[in-house]
Amino acid sequence: MNDLMSVVDWSRAQFALTAMFHWLFVPLTLGLSLIVAIMETIYLRTRSERWLAITKFWMLLFGINFAIGVATGIILEFEFGTNWSNYSWFVGDIFGAPLAIEGLLAFFMESTFIAVMFFGWKKVSPGFHLAATWLTALGATISALWILVANAWMQYPAGMEFDPVQMRNVMDNFGEVVLSPVAINKFFHTVLSGWVLGGVFVIGVSCWFLLKKRNRDFALRSIKVGGWVGFAGIILTLYTGHGSAVVVSQCQPMKLAAMEGLYNGTNGQSLVGFGILNPEKTPQNDADPMLWEVSIPKGLSCLIDWRNPDGFVPGINDLIDGKMLDTAGNPVPAVSYAERIAMGKKAHDALRDFDRAMVEGDTLAMNTARASLNENYRYFGYGYLESPYDAVPPVALTFYSFRIMVMAGGYLLLFSIVFLYIAYRRPAILSRKWLSWVGMLTIPVVYICSQSGWIVAEVGRQPWIIEGIMPTTAAISKISVASVQLTFWMFAAVFTALLAAEISIMLKQIAKGSKTNYESLKD
Amino acid sequence: MPDSKRQPRQQSSLPVRIYRFYLDGFKAMTVGRSLWLLILIKLFILFFVFKLFFFPDVLSRDYDNDEQRAAAVRSSLIDDKR
Repeated sequence: MNDLMSVVDWSRAQFALTAMFHWLFVPLTLGLSLIVAIMETIYLRTRSERWLAITKFWMLLFGINFAIGVATGIILEFEFGTNWSNYSWFVGDIFGAPLAIEGLLAFFMESTFIAVMFFGWKKVSPGFHLAATWLTALGATISALWILVANAWMQYPAGMEFDPVQMRNVMDNFGEVVLSPVAINKFFHTVLSGWVLGGVFVIGVSCWFLLKKRNRDFALRSIKVGGWVGFAGIILTLYTGHGSAVVVSQCQPMKLAAMEGLYNGTNGQSLVGFGILNPEKTPQNDADPMLWEVSIPKGLSCLIDWRNPDGFVPGINDLIDGKMLDTAGNPVPAVSYAERIAMGKKAHDALRDFDRAMVEGDTLAMNTARASLNENYRYFGYGYLESPYDAVPPVALTFYSFRIMVMAGGYLLLFSIVFLYIAYRRPAILSRKWLSWVGMLTIPVVYICSQSGWIVAEVGRQPWIIEGIMPTTAAISKISVASVQLTFWMFAAVFTALLAAEISIMLKQIAKGSKTNYESLKD
Repeated sequence: MPDSKRQPRQQSSLPVRIYRFYLDGFKAMTVGRSLWLLILIKLFILFFVFKLFFFPDVLSRDYDNDEQRAAAVRSSLIDDKR
């Protein structure tokens, strides 16, 4: 069991390392491709050489980021086959289909139009070039869609039926997979957060130009475009973030309880603005969950449904006990985790019976077992749990990551408003050194915000790799801990080298760009 | 560019034009050369080192057909993990 846990932990760490590294590049690709497309559109409308130079500069940074980041996501697919072979087989074409579409459609779309973007300035008409730039941005977004659909299915498995002969979940409704409420919210929330990151990146780099007192007009124009994209992005990210929280409350209430550090919910549940969790608190004891907190009365109930400020929000213990109340405080039927575990074990027994019947060729027994399996399959994963408390995710990491994300998001809203205001109304202030430093230092903030969001999404859904159906412990392959440890450190080394290369090449090009005299170009 | 020189290119077939488009593009690259070198090194490490030596598809490696793979996963899920 200890060896199994080690393989699971190391495989999870490796997956987290790979995914977080991959996610350094993706949001910048999403945001910068849009910004470059907007800049080129302005150029085509104004025919200003300055806008052309601005477009080409940011396009170059986009290209560097794309080149370093490309194929880093492939490693995740390697890990599925090696570390997570049970999972990989079990999900069948549900996971494979969106990833295949992503590979075939979006990747080729991106690579074709990126070639036109970089090689086509003097080869194709300006209109065609602009179309290629917009299609590159669209391709990157479509690419993200399929990956996020696959991820959303893990959070909210829908549109499939389990086939015990193939031991695979077979997709029976593509629409339910693609259009699940989790998929829709996740797609918009994630892609729009890329706009924020792209906008902040452009503002931050422009601030470096201002700090060096070079190409002020170039920086000002870039800040305006980056500011608008960042502002639109953060407003829409906050809106879709709210939508995501509502969906989480319906589809993954345990995750919401962990996000809030909520153990015993009430009607008219307050929202923890910020707080310090009590490290002694567990679901099994009566300790106060918070050492200190600032709460908004009825905030969480209102956030989930603003028309119902007295709505009941279940906490960790309520979910475990199957306690659910209506607005008036009357009990509503809910399945406790002990019952879920019992149903999960029934599903396992049914699968075992099915296996035996299949070997014996007993069709009647197979059908009986299949019926029992289908009846209890919803809680199949709970059959692996030894105690209801095993279904509780790491509360502290989820709680603090959520607050880091939200607070950073609030700061980014303020940041984009302030920079837009200054760029349009008080451009003289832009020459202040402290403001340039604020702009530059916000780049790491937006990355932290983005990564924290993924920590909430992925840590908050533990112990599940597929919500309710498969825990991570069941998904793992029979491999040695040493092999996972070895590849973990190999990845760490390669990723560090790649990141160093990206930062180095980018800084070199930014420095080169700042020395170019854009002010001499015709406007 | 004089018309006499442009004429033959305009008559080229689509594949040839695409080939020349990429060829000219690659020749004119500056930063792109280092980036392509980096991409090729990265792809080599990913596919010829990691994938080949460290990331086999476990089920494909250990079993001959889908029936055996399904049986292995079934056995693993209902017996080993309890």
